[in-house]
Formats: sequence, C-alpha cells, structure tokens
Amino acid sequence: MNWDWAFAWEIIPRLLDGLVVTVEITLAGSVIAMVLGLVIAIVRFSKVPVLSQVVGGLVQFIRGTPLLVQAFFLFYVFPSYGLTLPALTTGILAIGIHYSAYAAEVYRGGIESVPRGQWEAATALSLSVRRRWTGVVLPQAIRAVIPSLGNYVIAMFKDSAILAAITVVELLNTAQAIGSDSYRYIEPLTLAGLLYLLVSYPAARLIRGLEHRLAT
Amino acid sequence: MPPSFAGEAPQSDPPPETAREAIVRFRGVDKRFGEHHVLRELDLDVGAGEKVSIIGPSGSGKTTILRMLMTLERPDKGAIDVNGKPLWQMDRGGKRVVADERHLRAARREIGMVFQQFNLFPHMSVLRNVVEAPIHVLGMGKEEANARARDLLGMVGLEDHVDKRPAQLSGGQQQRVAIARACALRPKVMLFDEVTSALDPELVGEVLGVVRELAEHTDMTMLLVTHEMRFAADISDRVLMFDQGAIIEEGPPTVVLQAPQHERTKRFLKAVLEH
Repeated sequence: MNWDWAFAWEIIPRLLDGLVVTVEITLAGSVIAMVLGLVIAIVRFSKVPVLSQVVGGLVQFIRGTPLLVQAFFLFYVFPSYGLTLPALTTGILAIGIHYSAYAAEVYRGGIESVPRGQWEAATALSLSVRRRWTGVVLPQAIRAVIPSLGNYVIAMFKDSAILAAITVVELLNTAQAIGSDSYRYIEPLTLAGLLYLLVSYPAARLIRGLEHRLAT
Repeated sequence: MPPSFAGEAPQSDPPPETAREAIVRFRGVDKRFGEHHVLRELDLDVGAGEKVSIIGPSGSGKTTILRMLMTLERPDKGAIDVNGKPLWQMDRGGKRVVADERHLRAARREIGMVFQQFNLFPHMSVLRNVVEAPIHVLGMGKEEANARARDLLGMVGLEDHVDKRPAQLSGGQQQRVAIARACALRPKVMLFDEVTSALDPELVGEVLGVVRELAEHTDMTMLLVTHEMRFAADISDRVLMFDQGAIIEEGPPTVVLQAPQHERTKRFLKAVLEH
C-alpha cells in the first residue's frame, strides 16, 4: 500500500476534529484529576478517622486496575443501575478519576515537602485550619509539584486514546473510522500519531522549561 | 525617644498588686517523647507583664514549655492555664473535656511566638507575612492591616523592605519580620524560642535590640528560651535554670546568673560563658 498524499490531505480536517475532542477530554479530565486529587491528598494527609482509610483504599484500587477496565465499568455497568451518560462524559469521568489517584500522590509529595515550621508558624498566628491550607501550605506545595502534574496531563492526553474503546469519537477513533470507511489505514493512523506528537512534544518541552524556572 | 511598641501592647490594668497575678500557670505538667522524659511534673507561674528567661542545656525541656503554651505540643499530664482559662481543656455541658480546635484557636490569639528558624512564609512579601493574621484572624480591613503592618515593620527598622520576599533578607532581618508578625495580633504573652541561635554572630545584636525594645516598652508577658546570658540578665525579671525536665534554680538574674547556688547552674554558666 502506497502513501496517498491527496487522501491524506483530504482527511486532515476530520482528524483535526478528533484532535479537538482529544484536547477537550484532556482539559476536562485534568480539571477533575487536579481538583479531586487535591481533595484526596488533603483528606489522606489530615488523617480523618475512617474517611482517610477509605479514600486510601480507593486510591489503591484505582491505581491497581487498568484505565480501560474502569472506563468499561462506567460505560457498561453503570447504565444497568440507571445511570446512563453520553460516551464523552463517561470517558472524561473515567480518565479524570483515574488520574486523580496519581495526582493525589503528587500533591502528597508536595504537601510533605512543606517544612513543619510553616504549619507551626501558621498555627501560632491563630490561622484557621482552612487558612493554614489555602494561605500557607498549598501555595508552596502546589508550586513544587506543577511540573509533575504537567507530566500527568501529557500522559492523560495520550491515554485518552483508550476511550476509543467506549465509542468516544476522539482522535484515534476518528482515524480508525476513516480506515474502516476507506480501507486505507496508513494515512489516518500515521497522521493521528503525528498529531499526538505535535501536541505532546511542545507540551513536554514547556514543562521542562517550567521545571527549570520553578527550581530557581 | 526611640521608636516604641507601647501603643501596640494590649492595655491591661497595671496596679502593682494585680500586675503579678499569674497569666500563665503550669500545674503538674508532664511530657515524654518516647523514652525521653522532657518535663517532670512542672509547676510554674508567670505574672502578667513579667519577663522570664529560661536557660539550661539543650534537650532539657525548655523549648517544650513554649511549644505547649503555643499549643504545638500536648502535655501528657497536668494543666496549663492562660489568663485564668485552661488551655488544653474546656467546659462542655458542665464537664471538663479535651479542648477542640475552636477552643485552641481562640486561646492562641492571646499568645505569640517567634521561632528559632523564623518560619516566615516564603511565598509572601514581608508585608503580607505581617498582615496575614490581622486580616484572616481579626477580620481587619486591608487598608488598616497594611497601615498597622507598616508601623510594626517600621519599629523593627524594616520599613524599606516591605515588598521584598523573605529570601531577599538577611537572617537578622527575617527574624525581625517574624517578631513584627507575631506582634500583629497584639498577644498578651510572647514566646521567644532561641530567636538568635540560627543567626550569624554579627546579626544577633539587631534582633536582641528589637526584643529588648519590646521588653522595655510594652507590658507584654515574655518567656524567652535563650543562650544569650548577658541579654537575659539585662531584660529578665526572673531566670529559670532548667535541667532534665525540671527547674533546678530560679530567681532574679542577679542571683541565678551572677551568684548561682546550684552546682549544675554553676557548671552550665561556666561552660556557656567560656564558649
């Protein structure tokens, strides 16, 4: 099978539509992962009886099972309990929750890197528990982990391809659909790969730059 | 007249007979860290406005006294009262129960602490370090908090550094910011935990100068853990010599520091002064 430039040129708009969906999944999933991950990290760090252990167990469960299994579960099992969501929403939830478990670990490292004296000074100033977190500890903890979180965003961007398996029409699924319509796979899959690279490579460079800036 | 903190101090009624009423009271306070018995059944009264220096070898439990008062460390046994109210207990439904966070937080407002390692918030400007508590604890407006913080920073000689980050300051300057920050809530009791121990020798003077200023011009009660004997002699009403979790000697600085009775105190002072 030879490379057909005209065909490649013709399918680019459709692939770009797929890429837009992939980016949407990544952004929405990142918001879920970053927020939920932070909540998990704070709950675990605060050692709330029972709750912290339950959350810890959930994190172990999420990290110990494949994203694809979790996505299938949300997509096929939840509807039988009356919860039917569009494929895209299901996919965003799956990937967001999955990565929240990893983000939580990253935040934990950041929180633990804040010296005990910072907590003590905040306590001595009579700040509320909430203000100790939001005013003193988290700004320092999060700054320290921004590059690590960024790397997970890139990993999410690539992992979003898994959601093709639950019929989300993102970049990979689009490429596959073009292939099965036209019986030509080499152009759509190659271009899809290039599009992934086109986004993830500059993003990775950006994060490395950020790492440097935050280190000084 | 030198700049003074007098206007900043909480106004308590100062007739001489009540001035010595205990504002801080330890009764039978005991604390262990694992095998290490850091405080042994400590009884201690500190009068309102009194300046008390605590000296002694490291690991003798001096700092633990301050940390318990600041609610950073919980006593295993015994009671601590501040301003006549139990610090670590509270009344609920007529019963005395372990204090909750709310009770502790209210109690902390009466107490300020300056740490050996300054513990300034590195992500905030000098000014924001000082306004943090007035804004978020007292609910003070930003304008007023800023103005007051500038006054406080002026008194510690740092009015030109308000917009800098702590990392841009020397250790001595950072510690002076920390003192201004601790004063911002106008605490009745101020705790100084070896505030010059982390400083280069040439920066010690500027920090002690500020502490001395506070001691001389406010009616704040002060507890200082220090290794600066001459300074302790100058500003203290009373000196406590601590060893192995207990006060082994106490009295006015002229006695404890210049004519100690206890053998252990003599040895300690000799070692410190020869250093």
